[in-house]
Parts: sequence; structure tokens; C-alpha cells
Amino acid sequence: MAETAPPFAIRRWILGGLALALSGLAGAAVPDREGAPAHGGERMVAVAAEASNLIPFMAGDSASSAVGGLIHATLLRYDKNLELTAALAKRWSVSEDGKKLTFHLREGVRFPDGHPFTSEDVAFTWRTVVDPETRTPYGQQYRRVSRIETPDRHTFIAHYDEPYAPALSTWASLSILPAHLLRDENINTTDFARDPIGLGPYGLERWMAGQSLHLRANDAYYRGRPYIGRVSFRIIPDTTTQFLELEAGHIDQMSPSPTLFKRTFPKREDLRERIATYSYLGSNYTYLGFNLRRKPFTDIRVRRAIAHAIDRTELMKGVTLGLAERISAPYKPGTRWYPDDIDPYEYDPAQARRMLTEAGWKDADGDGVREKKGRELAFEIITNNDNKERQIAATLIQRRLRQVGIDITVRLVEWATFISQYINKHDFDAVILGWSLSPDPDQYSIWHSSQQKPGQFNFVGLEDPEVDRLLEEGLRVFKPRKRAEIYHELARELLEACPIVYLYAPYSLSAIDRRIRNIEPAPAGIEYNVEEWYIPEPLQRIEIQR
Amino acid sequence: MLIYLVKRLFWMVPVLLGITIISFGVMHLAPGDITTLETSLNPRSGMEAREKLREAYNLDEPLHVQYWLWLKRVAVLDFGQSFSSDNRPVLTKIGERLPVTLAINIASLLVILAVALPVGVISAVRQNSLLDRSLTVIVFLAFAIPGFWLALLLMVLFGVQLGWLPVSGIHGFDYEQLGFWGKLGDLAEHLVLPVVVSAFAGIAAFSRYVRSNMLEVIRQDYVLTARAKGLAERTVIYRHALRNALLPVITLLGLSVPGLIGGSVIFETIFGIPGMGQLFFNAVLMRDYPVVMGILVIGAILTLLGNLLADLAYAWADPRVRRGLASS
Repeated sequence: MAETAPPFAIRRWILGGLALALSGLAGAAVPDREGAPAHGGERMVAVAAEASNLIPFMAGDSASSAVGGLIHATLLRYDKNLELTAALAKRWSVSEDGKKLTFHLREGVRFPDGHPFTSEDVAFTWRTVVDPETRTPYGQQYRRVSRIETPDRHTFIAHYDEPYAPALSTWASLSILPAHLLRDENINTTDFARDPIGLGPYGLERWMAGQSLHLRANDAYYRGRPYIGRVSFRIIPDTTTQFLELEAGHIDQMSPSPTLFKRTFPKREDLRERIATYSYLGSNYTYLGFNLRRKPFTDIRVRRAIAHAIDRTELMKGVTLGLAERISAPYKPGTRWYPDDIDPYEYDPAQARRMLTEAGWKDADGDGVREKKGRELAFEIITNNDNKERQIAATLIQRRLRQVGIDITVRLVEWATFISQYINKHDFDAVILGWSLSPDPDQYSIWHSSQQKPGQFNFVGLEDPEVDRLLEEGLRVFKPRKRAEIYHELARELLEACPIVYLYAPYSLSAIDRRIRNIEPAPAGIEYNVEEWYIPEPLQRIEIQR
Repeated sequence: MLIYLVKRLFWMVPVLLGITIISFGVMHLAPGDITTLETSLNPRSGMEAREKLREAYNLDEPLHVQYWLWLKRVAVLDFGQSFSSDNRPVLTKIGERLPVTLAINIASLLVILAVALPVGVISAVRQNSLLDRSLTVIVFLAFAIPGFWLALLLMVLFGVQLGWLPVSGIHGFDYEQLGFWGKLGDLAEHLVLPVVVSAFAGIAAFSRYVRSNMLEVIRQDYVLTARAKGLAERTVIYRHALRNALLPVITLLGLSVPGLIGGSVIFETIFGIPGMGQLFFNAVLMRDYPVVMGILVIGAILTLLGNLLADLAYAWADPRVRRGLASS
């Protein structure tokens, strides 16, 4: 008895007042399998970084858009299959010539402060995002709108000089701001950025700088009050720490690393009982890009040979533990833009060797590296030093290319330096990088031959008249089916021209406490229906009074 | 003495100016700026946006103009706004994080002193005894353990397995609802692990330092005299020897003042503590010049003041030094 007393006393002394609250959290019962949808409860999410600005178009970071996305709403939105659907606009129409978009806004929608939502809010938001004084990277796409009209409180019309098919998707990403609160504010410095009011499913309740953000269900949400009463984001930069917090029952949701997902969770019976894991295709892909202005990449045979020499299966296994998918087109598989009938470059070293020999690269001196006119077939792959996966990918590629007689060196560079010194100045042989996939298939700025100035995005230097033509046509055609045909053609053309080698599209991973129900992975991921997630009443934790 | 102080303070101005010029220059030597990062590889943003941003941040001006603009603002204690998209005042951002880092570092400094002093003294007094040797081994082991590993170990044990302490963060969700003592308890509970981990390596280094100083002092004639006078061993060691052995420690403490605000990236990341280490590291990666400069200037001022304080404390503790200063 005497032996156990001191630690207990110390423990009581240390724990202070929070012990009760925390034991309430940690002691959550193992969830049962049933439980009806109920309002209330709290979902605690671990995030790696703090949001910076809760006006979505003012912030470029993913943490801000994750939180801002719950607070604000847009005119249109993407459904679970990444198809455009109604949101604040109950319906919309595109004029015959594609130059006029008319949005009919939902009536009776109110901001949480009771102020009604009208076309004036949309007009105000547009004026703000295109204002040259507004420090946003996203203004340009909205400047294509030449003129707007608000004939009445529930109609908003945007006129374009040219038909611009991605326009609809731009309206699906513009969060509508309350004009009545921001009219006299400076958008660059307003307190609204840290204390916003929006039309989304949740509203900001409290922001503890550097620690956590707490949101509360918006009773006035136009699609009905979300089930889960509170969503809290705890800022925990380290994945291992996030995992420990999940294990201790202090958070409900995190994004595990492939190793945690594939190796730790399956082994831990106790965890699996309490935590469900989800993997679904993310919205990005990793590629090896060539500088098409430089030899030997000016020769398409060399590019294709490299595509054949890389073993994608091995890459996916080595880099992502198999938690990835092979792609051959720059769109998300499973959406209408991804062509079904596309033939990828198979791993075929013999074919690669044949193509290189055909292109005149032969190993004459027997050192294992091919040469042509006294020049060795060697180049450098650059990638950013803070991305472990790309480093591993580079190393695996190095080995495979060596086997067909190509000598690779790998260089790792800090991100800002990488972008400003190498990418923007086109000073590289080959790079490993990733592109995010937006739901809209337009990729004009990435592949069009006009987009090659320093700092623009066609830094690989693709100049392909057919690609240019398709990209231009894609901007003009609104009808999804017709557009899909154009972009299928573009994907085939790109694969043919081989300016990059698609490496893999990684899965997004989530680990979520099983007490949270109604999570259904779809092409759009899992969070497209967060307002329908719920926690059965018996599993709602005793809420901490705030 | 007063003249000395004024002189020292006066000399700080050119030194500080030099430090800011060098920091400003070196930072801008690093390739890229915030606009390449904010718009980097985002196909939905264009060149035009980047130019607009560069203009908004005065990055299109020549470097000396940018420095002059910065200096003019700092002269009236305005450190400007962060370039990152929160656009908040630099001082607010630093002010949010400084107390946390200060609290942890001061607490761990106290822990280090509390543990290292007796360990050092005992090792010295019982030089080469079994106790000294085992302490040496333990101390070196502690020195060799990687901090992040120890942190994880303690988190698993006390946070997950036993559930006694919070795993990460600096306060609980209900912090603002608590009374004064509740808040203090909540903070204390969150700070236990970080303080222990951050004190760990320091204890090792510091106790060795105390030991070697002590060994030197014990051999001095005045200690022998004290013993010869028939003073108790305790008095000899703690009144006469330790006092003198601790003199150099003052300098060490003075030098650790800037370290108090530094913070550590690794350690703050593991414990999810929003401290100065993270702030500075991210600001450098983001090329958030105002924040970087703000932290550097505050750090420089503290370093200079720390040095001055150490010198003054030394003079206060040692009459010989005091006389030297007065005559200079």
C-alpha cells in the first residue's frame, strides 16, 4: 500500500482539473454496430498545419481550405462523383454562345447572423477577388468575366468575352462572402480572416492560436443543420504524435502515413476494433518530367525508351507500399474525363534497349553506359529535398535506367530554390514533381505551347500543335460529353508525345474512429458529405463546456 | 560604472545595425521569395498575380530600398506584417509564441540547475569513487539519447499506456474556462514531458561543467586554508568552493538568454507546441522576411543584453572584476 501511494499522489497533483474531462474522452466505449443518426457530438481532427486565413481565395495552403471549406459555401459544388451540382445556386444556365452564365440563387438562405443571402453578396465577392488591390493568387481566372449583372436579388449573371468552359468550375470554388460585413473592410488585413461568417455547414467558434480551431454546426445552413455538432481541428505537425493521440482516444481522425496504414493498423487488433481506415484515390499524381529543350530529350525515342524502362509496379510498392494507382492520363481515374481505352507504356527493358539503339545510343566502350558521338547518355534528376517519396522514386528510377544503359544522378534541392532557380529558369534535365488534379479537366496553362515564359507552368517545354488545338477547343465546349471526347483525345496525344512519364497517383489515407458513421468513400474522396456524418447518441462523448 | 553601462549600451546600436544588414542580405541571397511559393505550381494562378504580390510586398524594389523601408518602420518599433497569407503583425505572431517557448526554456533551465548542480558537486567531491563513475556513465548515456526518441518513449508510456499526462499540445480544450489554479495545473501538466525532455541533454552537459570547475576550485589554496581552519566539510564545499566554482556559470547563463527564445523545431513538432522554433523555421522556408527579421532582431537584442547582464552580474559577484570595470 505504501508503495503505491506516492505515484498516485504525484499523479493527482500533476493532473489538476483536466483529469475528469480527459478521462471522459479516453473512456469512450467500444462502438456498437448500430445506432441511429443523431444530432450532436464532436469530431476531433488532427491536422499537420494551422490554417492561415479563413477567406479561402486569400490563402493558398491546404489547411486553410480544409477549414474554410466548412465555413463557406459556393454557387455550385461537386458531388461524390465529381460532377457539378447545385449549391447556393439552385440552377444555372449557359447561353448558346457560351458567353453568358446565369445563376438562379436559392431563396430564403441566411447568414448565421440572420442577414439574407442575395445576388449582391455574389457580386461583392466577385468584385473583391478581381480587385487588383486584393492579394490573391486566384484573381486571374475571374478576370475573364467582362461584366456582371444582378437583375434581382436572386439572379446573378456573368458575361465572358470568349466562351470559357472551365468557368463553371471556377464558380464552384469561389466562396461567397457576406457583403454586409465586408463592404467597408480592407480584405487584405480584415479581422474577418480570423473571425469569419459564412454560408457553410459550420461556423467558427474559437481559434486557439497555434493549438486548435473549433467549429460549431451552423443552424442556418441551407442544406439543413449538419448532424455532428462540433468539429475541432487540433494542430499536431508530427504524424507519430497524431497516431499516439488517436491511440489515446484524444482525436477521432488523422491521415496516417503509408507505413502506419499498411504495417501498424493491421497488426493492432485493439486499434482496428476502434478505428476504421479508409484509402481512396487522391487528387494528385507524381511524374518524371523531361526538359524537352535539351538533348537527349529532344528525341522522342529516348523519352519513350525511358517510359518503358521504368517499372511502375516496383515504384508503387517501394514508394507508397502499394497504396497508389497507375495512371496514363492527367485526370482522376473513375471520372468522366479519364479515358477507358488508353494503353500505358508497359515495363519492357528489352523494348527500351531496342529504342535507344535505334536512336543511335550504343554502348561502344562496354562501361554499361550508352553513348552517341562521344557523348554519354547521362542526365540529372532534380527533386525537392523535403519529399521522401520522390527521393525513393528517384533512386529506384536510377537503378532501372542504369540497366538499360542510362546514367542518372539525383539532386535534392530545397523547395523555394527548386522552383525559383531550376523550374522557373528551365535549368534542369529532368524533374520528379507532382500535379494536383482539379475536377475540371482544363490544363491549358500546363501544356499549351504559349505557356513557357519563366514562371509559367509548361516548364517542360511541350510544343505540340495537336495538343494546343485540343486545349483551345476544350476551353470553348461546355457540353460535358463533348468535352470528355476532347480531353480523352488530349490524354492520348500527351501519352504519345511523352513529355512526362506518369509514375503513380497515390491514395489518400484516413483513419477515423468508428463511432463516426455514414462515411462513404467515392471518387470525390470521403469528405464530400461531412454534414451527413453522425455520431450515434450513446457514443457522443460528454462534451466539454466552453 | 554608470559610464561603462552607457558606453556599452551606446555600442549596441552599430552592432545591431550591422547584424540586421547582414541578416537582411543573407536572407535575400537565398533564391526565391514568398510570391514564387504562394503561387508556385498552382496553374490557377498566373504571372500577373505574382507580379501583383511582389508589388504589394515591395519585393520589386532594389534591396537597399527594401532595407531602408524596413529600417524606417523598425525604428518606430513597427516590425510590419507577416508575408504569409494571414497578414498578421509580426509582433503579434511572435508575442503568441514567445511566452510558451520562454516558459519551457526557463522551466527546463531551472530543472537543469536543480539537478546538475548537486550531481556535479557530488561527482567532484567524490572524484573517481563508484558514485562518481556511475553518475558519469548515466550522464553520458543521457547525453547520447536522442531527444525525439526519448520524447516518443515518454509519450507512449505516460500519455498512452498510463494516461497520466497529455500526449501533446500546451493546454486542454477547456483551458479558458478554468480558474487561475486550474489554468496553472493544466499548463503544468502539459509542460511536464516537454520540460523533462528538453532538460535532459542540458543536465548532462551542465553537470560535467560544474564538476570540472569544482575540481579545479577544490585544489586551490583557500579551500585548503578553510579546511585547515577546521571548518566543517559542508561549509568548505558549499560556502567557499561552490561559490567560486559557480562564477563562470554566470557567463554561461548570460549566454543562454538568447537560447531561451530560440525554441527547437524537432521538439516542438513532436509535442505539437506552437513555439518560436516552428515559427522561425517555417518563416525561413516560406521566405517570410518580416517574421524572420523580427525574430533575428529580437534575438540579437537579447544576446547583447544577455552579454551585458552577464558582465554586470560577474562584476557584482567578483570584486576584482568590479574594480576593473570602474577603472576602465
